[in-house]
Amino acid sequence: MTAKKPVYPYIPNSAPDVKEEMLRTVGAKSIDELYADIPANLRFKGKLNLPDPLLSESELVRHIEGLLAKNSSTRDYLSFLGAGCWQHHVPAVCDEINSRGEFLTAYAGEPYEDHGRFQALFEYQSMMGELLNMDVVNVPNYDGFQAGGTALRMACRLTGRQKVLVVSMIGSDLLSKLRDFLKPDIAMEMLPYQPDTGLVDLLALETRLSDEIAAVYFENPSYLGFIETQGDQIAALAHARGALCVVSVDPISLGVLNPPVDYGADIVCGDIQPLGIHMLYGGGHGGFIATRDDERFVMQFPSRLFGIAPTVVEGEYGFGDVAYERTSFALREEGKEWVGTAAALWGITAGVYLALMGPEGMVEIGERIMQRTRYAMMKVAAIPGFHLPFEGSHHFNEFVVNFDATGRKVADINRSLLKKGIFGGKDLSLEFPQLGQSALFCITEIHSQVDIDCLVSTLQEVLE
Amino acid sequence: MIAPIAKKPVPRRFHQASWDEPVIFELSQPGQRGVLIPEVENGIQETVGDVTSRLPAHMRRTSPPRLPEMSQLHVLRHYARLSQENLGVDLNIDVGQGTCTMKYSPKVNDQLARSAKMTELHPLQDGSTVQGMLEIMYRLEQMLKEISGMDRFTLQPGAGSAAIYTNVAMIRAYHESRAESRQRDEVITTIFSHPSNAACAKVAGYKIITLYPDADGYPDIAALKAAVSERTAALLITNPEDTGIFNPRIEEFVEIVHSVGGLCSYDQANANGILGITRARDAGFDLCHFNLHKTFSTPHGCGGPGAGASGVTDALAPFLPKPTVEFDGVKYYLDYDRPQSIGKIRPFYGVAQNILKAYAWIMSLGADGLRAVAETAVLNNNYLMQKVLQVRGVSAPYAPGKRRIEQVRYSWEQLANDTGVHSEEIGFRVVDFGTHYWTSHHPYVVPEPMTLEPTESYSKADLDEYVTILAHIAEEAYSDPEIIHNAPHNSTVHKIDPDSFDDPDKWAVTWRAYLRKTKKERG
Repeated sequence: MTAKKPVYPYIPNSAPDVKEEMLRTVGAKSIDELYADIPANLRFKGKLNLPDPLLSESELVRHIEGLLAKNSSTRDYLSFLGAGCWQHHVPAVCDEINSRGEFLTAYAGEPYEDHGRFQALFEYQSMMGELLNMDVVNVPNYDGFQAGGTALRMACRLTGRQKVLVVSMIGSDLLSKLRDFLKPDIAMEMLPYQPDTGLVDLLALETRLSDEIAAVYFENPSYLGFIETQGDQIAALAHARGALCVVSVDPISLGVLNPPVDYGADIVCGDIQPLGIHMLYGGGHGGFIATRDDERFVMQFPSRLFGIAPTVVEGEYGFGDVAYERTSFALREEGKEWVGTAAALWGITAGVYLALMGPEGMVEIGERIMQRTRYAMMKVAAIPGFHLPFEGSHHFNEFVVNFDATGRKVADINRSLLKKGIFGGKDLSLEFPQLGQSALFCITEIHSQVDIDCLVSTLQEVLE
Repeated sequence: MIAPIAKKPVPRRFHQASWDEPVIFELSQPGQRGVLIPEVENGIQETVGDVTSRLPAHMRRTSPPRLPEMSQLHVLRHYARLSQENLGVDLNIDVGQGTCTMKYSPKVNDQLARSAKMTELHPLQDGSTVQGMLEIMYRLEQMLKEISGMDRFTLQPGAGSAAIYTNVAMIRAYHESRAESRQRDEVITTIFSHPSNAACAKVAGYKIITLYPDADGYPDIAALKAAVSERTAALLITNPEDTGIFNPRIEEFVEIVHSVGGLCSYDQANANGILGITRARDAGFDLCHFNLHKTFSTPHGCGGPGAGASGVTDALAPFLPKPTVEFDGVKYYLDYDRPQSIGKIRPFYGVAQNILKAYAWIMSLGADGLRAVAETAVLNNNYLMQKVLQVRGVSAPYAPGKRRIEQVRYSWEQLANDTGVHSEEIGFRVVDFGTHYWTSHHPYVVPEPMTLEPTESYSKADLDEYVTILAHIAEEAYSDPEIIHNAPHNSTVHKIDPDSFDDPDKWAVTWRAYLRKTKKERG
């Protein structure tokens, strides 16, 4: 059989007749002539060594599904993993909207042919503004890590200072990101915590604050699940020394927790993955940054900010870029950091989520997550040999369990749980050696009493 | 006998969906719900009671967030309408967004990525439960190595600019490891490379030197020779540049930078025309990056999520972000034991669903298919250029008579001088014919710019239609420029008054700010 050159379904002009006609139009004998500027010694000789293609869709589907079949997901296992990526329910309408080709396959369109994305993202900013009680929210950047790094850089630009204080109970991955991102010009100092609660040591904060500090950064809820209840005091101490208060917050907690601006935060940031976006093995992140509507703050945002404006037709809403001249698109290296493709579709999705939930939905989900989490904490704490190091604190949807008294390692317990169909909590033993053999368990609105009881009984079983 | 229906006019008649849709808060109906949340079971309720009331008062939200209250259908309908007021690749001949490589994103790949075996994976699951995902990441890395000639890749960066930043961070770590970071504080780039090359390097602490084109439109080699020194950390350069011109002296550029001890990083955002034709490594580059949402077809999502891939030679590999994906002959695993790594660029390992889609796309084409992509993209571009240059008032500055690779930055300078119609306004008018148009990045080194990139996805008829639209608008500019000055006419909305966007007293980034500034009551 002779191999006929395929006409690729994704490449209409790969059809030989069209190709010939187009070559004639451009006055070239071959495609090679079009590459005349590429020197011969740089031309790749031969054929790339890639796997044989699966030209038909059916072969491709079989191959990819075969690979995916080697995965087991949180649908197959009962999962208690969180630590920066959370298993919340994703309403069907969220997927329906972000799967629509008009949104999915558009890019950086302008306010006329892509009015839809401008309005949807303006509405996202607006609903996040209600949740956060703040007037300025960006078009999403990459993720909560980037939002944290940028929020701290904004604080340094605003204060003209180059040192920040960061709580020590943040995840090691975020810490790594911040170290790299702030490295060239901003020093970072870690704040001690109170061992029994995990909360910031206020005395230590006071002694570390100085006229050199640009910002104090903490999280609510914290990486380890407890709620930092001293936000007002931290903000007041920071403000007294001319520093800004930067708070990273889980937006899904804000139906019940006070928005950070109400206890003194100046810049609020975080990740929108909990708001209607699948976990996607870490592919579902988007970052937000919010401030008051103060020109000094607005001019420090690197991201796009979409604003509302009138058109020539009465009653018609138009949208466009607010203060575009601060961005790297306008000014290259003279802009604020950089802006580029990030997570706009997740912004649209989070907007859909907030509209579906409404005020009551956000209150209910917060209340119920806290109840379920408290229930799990009480049940787990009752298991002999288990200890909750920060039990004295309020928690939102995660909590630390210490296994030291059982003599077992987290890795060992998680292996046993895995055999019984459970993904146990994240092993913290390398990340926080001071916590010994501890794991971080996550509970959301999807964990039923049966699920939690199953975790508890299975933990008891594997200890025996 | 009945008369046949008349032939359609050219260009086509079009009107964009225009629902006159209110802002979502105006659709709120008190008491409505879009989705319900599982009730807490009695057993939990009885055990824990009301947990939130135990929060300290200053930590408790006192009134619910003022979100809209809507039934599910009404939320769906609002967003479905907004989606209709948007033009993606699925709907328009999207050749007008040069540098962005707007190509068809195959539906089968989207469908595969919607599997629960992808969407419901938690990134911290035990490695034994994600062997398929890790294998896909590993295989894609092997493919990108072959396509570029580089030794290792990371798939962690969230998009193209994040990959540029990743490369700069690795460059910094490399010089630190040789105790040269203090001395090497300058990064060189070109004005026709993406602005993020300059902007990311600045964030990483570098001084930026920008090379402008010589008379023929190539990056100025004399300027490069004058710029390099013992202070040079790296050259960050695109090739072909955003003009579509391939720099034939690229190897010499690399040698000049290497001769002073600097590194060379290749921004391959414009790789679509050179897949299987020429490779980063063969021109001597130390690092490169691809945008998986451009060259490798993953959908652009209104501006992300995209996915970036950064490639390096063995000399730079120790500095790659953590973790890397490895294969020991039996199983795939994440390797965190990388002491010289720059650490984390983003949470976890990358935009996994797009990694899957890019892998599937390459698998559907293979080596011959990728070459067909490149060759067709270049053929389409040169065909389009031939046709566009017949339109009145437009030119393709630089490199006269030469071929271009995958895109061209045109100039409407002549038309603007003749008619007073500016490139940006042409963009507003193009909308009336159901498509999209972009000028260029700033600054406008090419006056009155227009950047067209007709990737392999578009047919000859598509390209002809796009040129017909441009020709029609150019004729309008000469005969009746008011039509263009007042455009758009057939879009979702009409001419926007931009006054508020740069005025702190008037700008409104949220509905609540708008209500406050206009003293409008909440509906």
